[in-house]
Amino acid sequence: MEREHIIKQYDAELNEIRTLLLEMGGKVEAMISNSIKSLVDRDSQLAERTILSDHEINHLEVVIDEKCLEVLARRQPAARDLRFITLALKIVTDLERIGDQCGSICSRVKELNEEPPLKPYIDLPRLAEFTSRMVQESLDAFVRGDEQLAIRVCENDQFVDDLNVQIQRELLTFMMEDPSSISRALRLNYISKYLERIADHATNVAEMVIFMVKGKDIRHTTFS
Amino acid sequence: MDLDITNPLSDPVLEIAGLNLYYGASPALRDIALSIPRKQVTAFIGPSGCGKSTLLRCFNRMNDLLDNVRIEGSIKLDGDEITSPALDVISLRRRVGMVFQQSNPFPKSIYENIVYGLRIAGVNDKKTLDETVERSLKGAAIWDEVKDRLQDSALGLSGGQAQRICIARAIAVNPEIILMDEPCSALDPIATAKIEELINELKDLYTVVIVTHNMQQAARVSDYTAFLYLGELVEYGETKKIFTNPDNRHTEDYITGRFG
Repeated sequence: MEREHIIKQYDAELNEIRTLLLEMGGKVEAMISNSIKSLVDRDSQLAERTILSDHEINHLEVVIDEKCLEVLARRQPAARDLRFITLALKIVTDLERIGDQCGSICSRVKELNEEPPLKPYIDLPRLAEFTSRMVQESLDAFVRGDEQLAIRVCENDQFVDDLNVQIQRELLTFMMEDPSSISRALRLNYISKYLERIADHATNVAEMVIFMVKGKDIRHTTFS
Repeated sequence: MDLDITNPLSDPVLEIAGLNLYYGASPALRDIALSIPRKQVTAFIGPSGCGKSTLLRCFNRMNDLLDNVRIEGSIKLDGDEITSPALDVISLRRRVGMVFQQSNPFPKSIYENIVYGLRIAGVNDKKTLDETVERSLKGAAIWDEVKDRLQDSALGLSGGQAQRICIARAIAVNPEIILMDEPCSALDPIATAKIEELINELKDLYTVVIVTHNMQQAARVSDYTAFLYLGELVEYGETKKIFTNPDNRHTEDYITGRFG
């Protein structure tokens, strides 16, 4: 159990930032799931609503940045408080980028829905589900300060990379067999790439969680 | 120990080992061991009563002035044991100067404050004294403010100026180490900033050891930080590590404001 600060208001400020980050994370998870649902269900209206919801995430990014700067200016945090604040400032950037990627998925979905479906989607929803879980677990790891869970998220990134390559290869065969499929296959290709980028952002968050918990920077290193 | 220029701790000016200090029967310092690196700024932090000022005062034998103090262990200044009762304390204090919380200029002119140490050592050559005054006041970053009124009383100066006069007086005798016991706690933020800037300049020539209640000040001015608690040295290391990722939970709780 973490000891409280002598100044209670300081704890309240840190907790507020933690809560806002979780709220932002929850909205991002919903965006991922809605964007992939709009693809599978060919639901352009849901895609449009999802694109519009991105502004809530952008707004939260601004609010959290402001709160972090305020704590830096007023409290001069040190050690794990300092690591938490710098982490929060970086996490919001990753979460905001995930929101942007979801917006891009939805734009491609709207374009795809103007043509007949290319094929039933099997691997893309799998990729989306896996990616979404990585985002969720990276945030869980952050909330609980769970280093082991964060390490698992980092390790899972390889699976996402591999699945993305597999999907791209399959789409390439569609394009080679039937040039009229190229525009749709390319859009699906983009969507796969967007999901792979989302997993990279989740990995960034997980790496930062390890830094927060252990004070050890594991970015740009490999797991053995 | 081999000299490693990348690691200031390999060239300590002070080496403290197995140091215990008792006020009467009650222990104030317990088994302290640390090395103070040369020409670096080392800060002692810790809650009130943790022993940080007591430890600082061991380095120029200020504790000798108190009754009932008993010291065990070793403190070596450049290899010379300074805890020995036979030691010439006056010459020690020439090597290890001190600046206190309340500035304490003597009721004399600014000039006489600075040359006081030289005069009691028998130096009266005007050229030497003049040079020392200018060098010391420049070294303490107060020359421009007082050069036209060196014969005015030092008691007419502001708190921040008086504190810099005391620093100038300390460096006039070319000490190796300057001890500072809460040197800014009676000063406003601007005067504090000037002293902190000065501390940074002093380490070109001197070793500085500072006791401070202000953790941000320790973070700003020091290269090494020692955290003391209940008379024990809990953690000692590079300031950037202590303030970003300390090893000890007590240290972390203290510097993040969770107890103190």
